[in-house]
Amino acid sequence: MRQKIGDQPRIVGFLCKWCSYAGADLAGTSRKKYPSNLTVLKVPCSGRIDPLFVLKGLRLGFDGVLVSGCHPGDCHYQTGNYRARRRIVITKKFLEYLGIPEERIQASWVSAAEGTKFARVVADVVENVRAIGPNNLFNNEG
Amino acid sequence: MINQMAEVLVEPRIGVYVCHCGSNIAGTVDVEEVSRFAGELESVKVARDYKFMCSEPGQNMIKDDIRELGLNRVVVASCSPTLHEPTFRRVCQESGINPYLFQMANIREQCSWVTEDHDGATVKAKALVGAAVNRVYYHEPLDVRQVSINPNTLVVGGGIAGIQAALEIADAGHKVYLVERTPSIGGHMAQLDKTFPTLDCSACILTPKMTLVSRHPNIELLTYSEVEDVSGYIGSFKVKIRKKARYVDMDKCTGCGLCQEKCPWKAPSEFEVGLGKRKAIYIPFAQAVPNKPVIDAEHCAYFLKGTCRACEKFCEAKAIDFDQKDEVVEVDVGNVILATGYDLFKPSGIYEYGYGKLDNVITSLEFERLVNSAGPTQGEILLKNGSHPKSIAIIHCAGSRDKDYHEYCSRVCCMYSMKFSHLIREHMAQTKSYEFYVDIRSFGKGYEEFYNRVVDEQTVFIKARPSKVTQDAGKLGDESKLVVHYASSDGTKHQQPVDMVVISTALEPQKDADAVGRLFGVSRSADGFFRERHPKMDPMATMNEGIFIVGCCQGPKDIPDTIAQASGAAGRVLAMISKGEVEIEATTSVIDEARCAGCRVCEGLCPFGAISFDAEKKVSRINEALCKGCRVCVAACPSAAISGKHFTTKQIMAEIKGMLIESKRGS
Ligand SMILES: Cc1cc2nc3c(=O)[nH]c(=O)nc-3n(C[C@H](O)[C@H](O)[C@H](O)COP(=O)(O)OP(=O)(O)OC[C@H]3O[C@@H](n4cnc5c(N)ncnc54)[C@H](O)[C@@H]3O)c2cc1C
Ligand code: SF4
Ligand code: SF4
Repeated sequence: MRQKIGDQPRIVGFLCKWCSYAGADLAGTSRKKYPSNLTVLKVPCSGRIDPLFVLKGLRLGFDGVLVSGCHPGDCHYQTGNYRARRRIVITKKFLEYLGIPEERIQASWVSAAEGTKFARVVADVVENVRAIGPNNLFNNEG
Repeated sequence: MINQMAEVLVEPRIGVYVCHCGSNIAGTVDVEEVSRFAGELESVKVARDYKFMCSEPGQNMIKDDIRELGLNRVVVASCSPTLHEPTFRRVCQESGINPYLFQMANIREQCSWVTEDHDGATVKAKALVGAAVNRVYYHEPLDVRQVSINPNTLVVGGGIAGIQAALEIADAGHKVYLVERTPSIGGHMAQLDKTFPTLDCSACILTPKMTLVSRHPNIELLTYSEVEDVSGYIGSFKVKIRKKARYVDMDKCTGCGLCQEKCPWKAPSEFEVGLGKRKAIYIPFAQAVPNKPVIDAEHCAYFLKGTCRACEKFCEAKAIDFDQKDEVVEVDVGNVILATGYDLFKPSGIYEYGYGKLDNVITSLEFERLVNSAGPTQGEILLKNGSHPKSIAIIHCAGSRDKDYHEYCSRVCCMYSMKFSHLIREHMAQTKSYEFYVDIRSFGKGYEEFYNRVVDEQTVFIKARPSKVTQDAGKLGDESKLVVHYASSDGTKHQQPVDMVVISTALEPQKDADAVGRLFGVSRSADGFFRERHPKMDPMATMNEGIFIVGCCQGPKDIPDTIAQASGAAGRVLAMISKGEVEIEATTSVIDEARCAGCRVCEGLCPFGAISFDAEKKVSRINEALCKGCRVCVAACPSAAISGKHFTTKQIMAEIKGMLIESKRGS
């Protein structure tokens, strides 16, 4: 049986350390407000995000996953975000195959200067994922 | 392997510390509740909350627990790791725990500060703490890598910022490569007339430093050059610099200047901001360093039409070399200081002010040249028709403090505008000057005093942002006047006829700041200037270790602040050179040869060419010196053979799972 998971929807965000995580920090230092539904996991580069992490998140009961890295062309490691972009496409395809709405994965490029944008991205992601409804596909036992 | 051994040999004993940060966290998050929750998590031996974890008593609390309770892993839930991760890692290290057996939960920047919802924030803090605890369980001790610091330094940009930084380091006895892209060093300061608030002549205080640079045995000056490629990391960067062809042999040239006298072709002078002309072969200005010419191929008759070579005929030193080619040199340095300065906002963007359309509407930098005795008018402030203006309007904040252009304040325009009024008085006692200002910002040492002085000199201060400047022929009594339209604070509209309008334009990031930032791995803040590591606590370092930013490339500032920041960064570099080595994150990835299938998928993905294939053993291998730790390969390896230290799949999976413990418990 599905158990109650905090505030609905619950979202896990994979943020690269150089751009998006710093952008999220900037949202904080500038006291931008956004919904508390998203918890952040820091990765060195969006290229580190293994599609398995995304699937694991959904399997465990998160309603949505946000993947965020540096803007195309701005990757601290030159091309990591291009890899991430490709992997997101493939993972979405795979979700479709499993009958999971692809909107459960959301991606956005946020730079270290874009605190306001980060706050807006979170608000949008929360709204989009809420619109699909709770993720009841797995029994969330992990 | 290490992972499993660590797990088998020592049972994790975790301590969790939840920081109140005064009321910064505790005002929104129920910190006691979070710490109670943490105390119930698997392997957690102690969980406490405390007012300021980063304080001495806070740190000692962790140290005592490590000693008394035999903790071997620590979680601190407080601010962003960017701020205090080094602090707490050091606490661990000092207590005999490997610094990597530590994890931070960011419950301030990414939790308490971004919501007013107390329950939501508390739930989120618990999720973050659950994640950190679950993750730290799988942390492995790692060796911090010590890398040695190459004592050579690269300084990019030869304005006052770059000159200052280069001299400080060179004077301390270390080699500096100073790269400047124009034919001479000096930057904007070389173009200024007098400098506020003391009114020292800019050239008089700058040129001695420029000369020192050119003579310094420890400075290798590369003018007319640009950095093309940067690789490596703190301590050992490899830099490729393109020295553009000058078509003048610098060793043979004596700097006599005969060539520029004889050259028949002219072009607008960059140094005179278009107010004067220079030749196709030219020394940019009298005190240029190096004081030797360069041929501007775009305006040279020989390059354009195949004939002329007048300079070559006259040069007694036989220094002209039309066959010269660009040269690319490679240098090794330990640190880099970026001092690329600023660009001026083009006021033609504010078309209402008529710049570029109306005669006698000029920019502030053009005014600096007009008033300069070495300038195109020998220091006479002249109108287009050659007469002296009887009235001059100075419009502040053009492009600054204006959300349509730049939201920020350019910090020097108020002061240089008032300097102009003073100089106008000095040159033409009868000429009236009007300062159209938004607010007067005279915050520096001696600046308010300077403002009072200018007020006493009968300058007219009008608090208004003019709406437009028009040309009114005769209507207002005079034959042809510029008219400044503005509204006073009560809304009434006014017109002020003047002979000349000076637009005090904003300082903005260099046009190519984007590309330069990318080249050096430095990001930019919302205003477009290079982003410092911390806006208060570290305004000269960047997130990229070993790369510093000084002067106006970090944000608009005056000369005293530029000098302070440049000397500061030089000090930081010198400290590193004298220590000789620096610790860097244990970030490289490793391939487990036993699991590697030899598919070579990773090899093509690595952006740094760090992976090579051992054809004999049929496995791939990572070169530690080249790997930058992006972990792109880790995510791609189909055999899960690559372990991305400190970001292993196991650790990340545990972290994801940990985020949900709180909700599965229910509350
Ligand atoms: C009209 C005006 C009047 C002013 N008056 C005063 C005053 O009276 N008192 C005062 O304190 N301040 C004054 N200032 C401010 C002063 O100009 C700055 O504080 C100072 O010039 C900043 O120096 P900098 O070295 O950071 O930048 P810059 O002077 O802009 O120097 C940057 C240098 O880097 C070079 N460069 C740029 N990009 C590259 C690259 N990619 N590779 C290599 N080289 C590169 C440029 O060619 C330039 O030489 C005034 C400014 C203006 C606009
Ligand atoms: S004439 Fe020859 S020596 Fe004299 S400045 Fe020109 S290039 Fe140099
Ligand atoms: S982590 Fe892998 S892909 Fe990234 S730099 Fe190191 S070897 Fe190359």
